[in-house]
Amino acid sequence: MEFLYNLMIPIIKVAVVFAVTLLHVAYATYFERKVIGRMQCRIGPTEVGPYGLLQPFADMFKSLFKEDIIPAKADKAVFFIAPVIVLAPTMSSLSVIPFAEGFMIADVNVGMLFILACASLSVYGIILAGWSSNSKYAFFGGMRSAAQVISYEIAMGISLASVFLMAGSVRLDEIVKAQYEYTFSMYAPHLLIGFVVFLIAAFAETNRTPFDLPEAETELVAGYLTEYSGFRYALFFLSEYVAMFIMSSIITLCFLGGWTIPRFITDILPFLSYVPGILWFLSKVYFFMFFYYWIRATIPRYRFDQLMAIGWKILIPLSLLNLLIVAFVKRFVID
Amino acid sequence: MVPLNWYLMLSVSLFIVGLIGFLTRRSIIMMFLSVEIMLNAINISLIAMSHYMQDMRGQVLAFFVIACAAAGMAVGLVLLISAYRNKPTVRLEDFDLLKDRAF
Amino acid sequence: MLPQLFFAYFAVMILGLALVVITRRNMVHAVVWMLLMFVHIGGLYLFLNAEFFAVIQVIVYAGAVLVMFLFVVLLLNLREEQGLPIFIRGVQGRVIIGLILLLTLVSAAGQASKGQGGRFSIDYIQRQTHIKVLGSVLFNDYVYPFLIMGFILFVPMVAVVVLAIRRSNGSS
Repeated sequence: MEFLYNLMIPIIKVAVVFAVTLLHVAYATYFERKVIGRMQCRIGPTEVGPYGLLQPFADMFKSLFKEDIIPAKADKAVFFIAPVIVLAPTMSSLSVIPFAEGFMIADVNVGMLFILACASLSVYGIILAGWSSNSKYAFFGGMRSAAQVISYEIAMGISLASVFLMAGSVRLDEIVKAQYEYTFSMYAPHLLIGFVVFLIAAFAETNRTPFDLPEAETELVAGYLTEYSGFRYALFFLSEYVAMFIMSSIITLCFLGGWTIPRFITDILPFLSYVPGILWFLSKVYFFMFFYYWIRATIPRYRFDQLMAIGWKILIPLSLLNLLIVAFVKRFVID
Repeated sequence: MVPLNWYLMLSVSLFIVGLIGFLTRRSIIMMFLSVEIMLNAINISLIAMSHYMQDMRGQVLAFFVIACAAAGMAVGLVLLISAYRNKPTVRLEDFDLLKDRAF
Repeated sequence: MLPQLFFAYFAVMILGLALVVITRRNMVHAVVWMLLMFVHIGGLYLFLNAEFFAVIQVIVYAGAVLVMFLFVVLLLNLREEQGLPIFIRGVQGRVIIGLILLLTLVSAAGQASKGQGGRFSIDYIQRQTHIKVLGSVLFNDYVYPFLIMGFILFVPMVAVVVLAIRRSNGSS
């Protein structure tokens, strides 16, 4: 009986987290279309359901029932497996994110590094999708995307290293607890350079505007997605939005104090400390999702050489500088 | 508890698989991949011994092996690219300019 | 019983995948199988109480080294060379030598016995977390090798830039 209980609790947790995340992803597309629409003086989807609220489901059913086209000269096995290679690591990195105090699926000692490992695995899906389609646009898109993700992963990793150094741990819940002790209960003011570097690198990691070179419509049709259709396309789409959610969660956890709110706020308004932590966490995550859309509607796309120059000549030196400063401060000021 | 000898046997077998791949493949890229397999075999035995002897030195050595492997592969692959510019092939027996053909 | 079963699964998968890798004709397929093998090796490290290495295995080998291979394979646009043999002449002799070596080494590995235990017991590592223990050993006892390692990693970076950049005066 106890064995069954121990088995059931993680399964229920996994089901809840995955179902909530998938529902969230469905409505993130709706939210994006509404926000972008308003920013461009349109009103966005309104037809399906009240206020267009059922639009995501309509999109899902449409892509499920579309014809699944496979190019004649494609490498079929790799073509089939590529969307799965993108989606599976992205979904599994959800399992180490603490949504509230004590609520995470897998309590591992290497939490943050696990997410980085998953991020580095999902690059393969993109390269292989580009290669196996046997089309020049898809191939260019895949190569560009891989070069971009690998370059920005370095800046991201180094700026996260400064967080590890400050917190003295790579466990996400301990990072949040360590932040709570500081003045603003978050690292963003203390590690401002690292925060900005991570924020920029997160856009490049998830292939979002202004770094959406891999799927630049005007030059590459749709990049590595060109030959995909129907359900396989939906898998890529899904993993992009889940990756955005994960990146927003990492920023929230590592730089903005996760499920906690700053102590000076609870000192003034003590009743706020009774609000469940997951609400604070989700509101911070949704703020960053909104930030993604806001940037998309505002900033034009970079050229590829500009993208690489930003990554290698600005972000990596800045993140190294940040790490150096944090190491000195940690050694000589805090300790 | 799995005995240490099993890990060592696994490591040795993996090493031999990599060695056979290195000795028998024609393509340089496949030979590099075989070298990677061999380095991983070494790492398995280092980390297994470190765990069973309760000593961290093996893991430190494994750490250095990983770093050296990455560095070595980068140089190897870029040499391969510059060789490919002169002669578009990755098969090892095609690089025979220094071979004396007169005899 | 369960640890043995898990070990058997990982051992069979690792060896089988290694054999699959070295017999592929298409190099992209070989790299993909290799990726699966690295993930399995990472899983094996988890049983050896080395969670940091399990993650590093995936981040460094899968995330950096293999992507480099994949890039080179795709950049050189290597077609499958149909009809040409994938193994060199005289492959049987080398395989036989390899198998003899395998028998010798496996019998030697079967007889190996561990020596005196050190001070880093499993309990200690689990209490301190693996990263902290490894870091304290690395930065206290092995700090000079670590610095040399940094230099070794810096040299190929320069070498790659020097070798890979095409000369612009048309000599290439």
